[in-house]
Amino acid sequence: MMGRTASAQVSGSLQRPMGFWHRLHLDPLLLLLLMLLAGGGLVVLYSGADASMAAVKSQAIRFGVAFVALFVFAQLDPSVYRRWSPWMYAAGMAGLIAVLLVGVGAKGAQRWLALPGLPRFQPSEIMKLVVPMMAAWYLSRHYLPPRFRHVVLSVGLVLLPMGLIIQQPDLGTALLVGAAGMFVVFFAGLSWKLIAGFIALLGVAAPLMWHFVMRDYQKQRVLTLLDPQSDPLGAGWNIIQSTTAIGSGGWSGKGWLQGTQSHLEFLPESHTDFIVAVLAEEFGFVGLLTLLAVYTLIILRCLYIAVNAQDSFSRLLAGALTMTFVVYIVVNIGMVSGLLPVVGVPLPLVSYGGTSIVTLMSAFGVLMAIHTHRRMITA
Amino acid sequence: MAWGEFKDTAAERRLFHRRTLVMLGLVVVMFGILAGRFYQLQVIEHETYTTISDRNRVQVRSVPPTRGLIYDRNGTLIAENRPVFSVTLVPERVEDMDATLERLQSLLTVSDENVERFRRRLKEPRRPFQELPLHYDLTEQEIASMAVHRHELPGVEVSAELVRHYPFGELNAHALGYVGRVNREELQRIDPVNYAGTNYIGKSGVEKVYEKVLHGTVGYEHVETNARGRTLRVLERESPVPGENLALHLDMRMQKRAFELLEGHRGAIVAIDSRTGGILALASVPGFDANQFVTGISVDDYQKLRDSRDKPLFNRALRGQYPPGSTIKPMLLMAGLDSGTVTRETSIWDPGYYQINDKGRRYRDWKRGGHGWVDGRRAVAESCDIYFYDLGVEMGVDGMHRYLAGFGFGMDATLDVSGALPGLLPSRDWKQGMRNEPWYTGDSVNMSIGQGFFLATPMQLATATMVVANRGRWVQPRMLKDVEGDTPLEAVLPGETMADLTVDNHDDWEFVVDSMEDVMHGPKGTARRAAEGADYRMAGKTGTAQVFSLAEDEEYDEEEVRERLRDHALFIGFAPVDDPRIVVSVIVENGGSGSGTAAPVARAMFDAWLERPDDESPVISQAGGTQP
Repeated sequence: MMGRTASAQVSGSLQRPMGFWHRLHLDPLLLLLLMLLAGGGLVVLYSGADASMAAVKSQAIRFGVAFVALFVFAQLDPSVYRRWSPWMYAAGMAGLIAVLLVGVGAKGAQRWLALPGLPRFQPSEIMKLVVPMMAAWYLSRHYLPPRFRHVVLSVGLVLLPMGLIIQQPDLGTALLVGAAGMFVVFFAGLSWKLIAGFIALLGVAAPLMWHFVMRDYQKQRVLTLLDPQSDPLGAGWNIIQSTTAIGSGGWSGKGWLQGTQSHLEFLPESHTDFIVAVLAEEFGFVGLLTLLAVYTLIILRCLYIAVNAQDSFSRLLAGALTMTFVVYIVVNIGMVSGLLPVVGVPLPLVSYGGTSIVTLMSAFGVLMAIHTHRRMITA
Repeated sequence: MAWGEFKDTAAERRLFHRRTLVMLGLVVVMFGILAGRFYQLQVIEHETYTTISDRNRVQVRSVPPTRGLIYDRNGTLIAENRPVFSVTLVPERVEDMDATLERLQSLLTVSDENVERFRRRLKEPRRPFQELPLHYDLTEQEIASMAVHRHELPGVEVSAELVRHYPFGELNAHALGYVGRVNREELQRIDPVNYAGTNYIGKSGVEKVYEKVLHGTVGYEHVETNARGRTLRVLERESPVPGENLALHLDMRMQKRAFELLEGHRGAIVAIDSRTGGILALASVPGFDANQFVTGISVDDYQKLRDSRDKPLFNRALRGQYPPGSTIKPMLLMAGLDSGTVTRETSIWDPGYYQINDKGRRYRDWKRGGHGWVDGRRAVAESCDIYFYDLGVEMGVDGMHRYLAGFGFGMDATLDVSGALPGLLPSRDWKQGMRNEPWYTGDSVNMSIGQGFFLATPMQLATATMVVANRGRWVQPRMLKDVEGDTPLEAVLPGETMADLTVDNHDDWEFVVDSMEDVMHGPKGTARRAAEGADYRMAGKTGTAQVFSLAEDEEYDEEEVRERLRDHALFIGFAPVDDPRIVVSVIVENGGSGSGTAAPVARAMFDAWLERPDDESPVISQAGGTQP
């Protein structure tokens, strides 16, 4: 081990020797779990993309890029994130406003920003990281638990970008960004009274949202969830076909590449948002439990990192990022199994598609940074 | 507040730990719900979803049978099935709908009407990946151009379907009938199971009468399909039973000849094999191309056909009800002889007119000055009206009606010809019922020369002539000659219903036939010119049907009457006289005289049938009568 040579770089006295992984600022356990998930995901993806090696290759390349991003984010000291939070937040907000003004997109939604000299990117995607950082930065400046006005202000900091993303419109991302921010507020110690108040407020706001905020297609998705058979060939098609795929999988599934629902193209989006239905059809209930087990291990490791973080900012950020990951999982699987309305949220690290993988891996990079930049002089 | 200010880090850490535990609990609960949901779907309701999945995957699809082909008597294919290609789009696979439609319109001649309809259907709710049709019946060139450019057009498909095609076009539209798309009314009538997957049904003629035989029986396939309905694998198959091929008595050479002979006229020819009743030619001129009606005719084209003065859609041979004129004289002579109204020797004096009583209206003979003394044989040969006025009045309407009905007038006596009209054989009861008037003697006068209320179709005239040719023996006209395959002909061909026309003295038939022979070969026969140079003997009768009636004693000059108001020229006949093999009826609308216009047409039809080489006429060679 190289622990001894590295020790000189860190100021202060060290309690324990630093290992190879620590010097790389990577967490081997978390990395292993992520690799396991990515690898298994590619196997399912191969089937979901109708045995297309091309899809697997391009997804593998994305994972490559994402792991580079993870590595880069892991190298930065959490204090750097903390210091830069307000500026990144400001830049992100500018990006969101720019998207609404000059953004490009498809299918009636403006989500992309094409700045000259830069690759096309989605500012809303970056906000999944920046919003919790900003909230953590703001709340960790004060005593915790936060006072009411701090809560109000931090909630405002979260709702502002969320509102802009809804305007694009991109409900899925808005939900994730909002959740990321709100988890920070929760971890900071939002009083249970206020939480109860929030829930009550939501109960009152829901009917108002239904009438004044939600768009027709969003209402339709909710209605479809309640009764998929009302429009079996239209909006209900996805839910009917995905529950059929899942249900027909049984205990142990139909076998890899043997899923009739996905391979005969009854299941829409089988390699993107609905990939868990492919998994459940081909690997059955056992396959799903395995997936949930891997996710659980990742979550446990992340929460362990959060609990052991050294300062409030790191703790809040780590907790919020972990719980955002949970939201991805629950919303996606809930949607595919017909528990939640259809929202465009991918199954993290399994669904085909670039942006979310890079964002998620970056978040894990931040978590690893939090874990490996600890100064070992804690009380 | 700045960094480094004193904070109770231990307390903050404890708070965070508590919150993390709460979150962990939340994760457990939520994952529990997800696992529970999957347990419900995959374990508890597994059976249900397996069933749905199989039903999804495995479809029972009907396989429409191939429609039977139709041949003429010589094995010439006259109704076939041709693959027709159409362009369909799968909207989900089309990247840019507007650009694709624009590109397709530049490649193919897609009407704006079709594009409009396509866009409407695009907005309607439908199953994902369902194919929407855009353009039907591609030309060879369009198929080629689609083959070249299809890879540039994702989501665009070319699909094929077998559609009826009539190679002889307008020649056979009236004889054969045609198929068309099943309409709403027919949907109620047909067996929905057997017609699942069938788009076309016989609308008229042979196609309609033998629909059941031609259609066949539907088959089934259990197929594994994808969501687009594309068949991936056939799991089980029960083959359809294709429709039976039919051979008709129709002879395309005769049919073609009939059209040549009536070229430039309006009219009809019916030619029947008098031994079998088989219809050799059924021509109504002008015809129309039935292929237009199969896939659906455009409104413009239909209006053009419908509004044409020549009425191409009108089947003159079966539905044209004309006054039969003098062509009924041989049948009336038979009636007169058998009823005893006249004898073979009965002669009358023809002064050129006929009066029921001394002061009555004068009914003119066509020949000014009259024929002098005439007997029955001469009366037919020279078409003396006065003899038949006298016969008609003596015999009365009831007698005439009884005998003429025995010849098939006033009814549809065909076996398997769709759409034949019964004409009108007037009677005392009919006139009382329809007109609320008694029968006048004058009505009998008109009826005796086939005028007045009396109406008959060319098919009926040919049928009645056949009864004469066969000396009273009935064979009803028919289209179907043979069914290819296991079905016996008797199983599909309706049974005969007409009783033979029996007479007291069978020799009377020969007397009538002789009179008709004189029409062709006699020194004063009205159609003697048409029979010149024939090496067989024929029998016939000319006729003229007035388009408008003339006042008593009024002269009229053909030249002065506009072409459309000229008389219809009629002719009936059969040949050879002693061993009849063919009967023909001809009507040439506004053709003027039966002898001048219609008789030569019939003669040409006799020639076409009787002077054929033996090897091409198995029917004749079988009968042994090789030489006319």
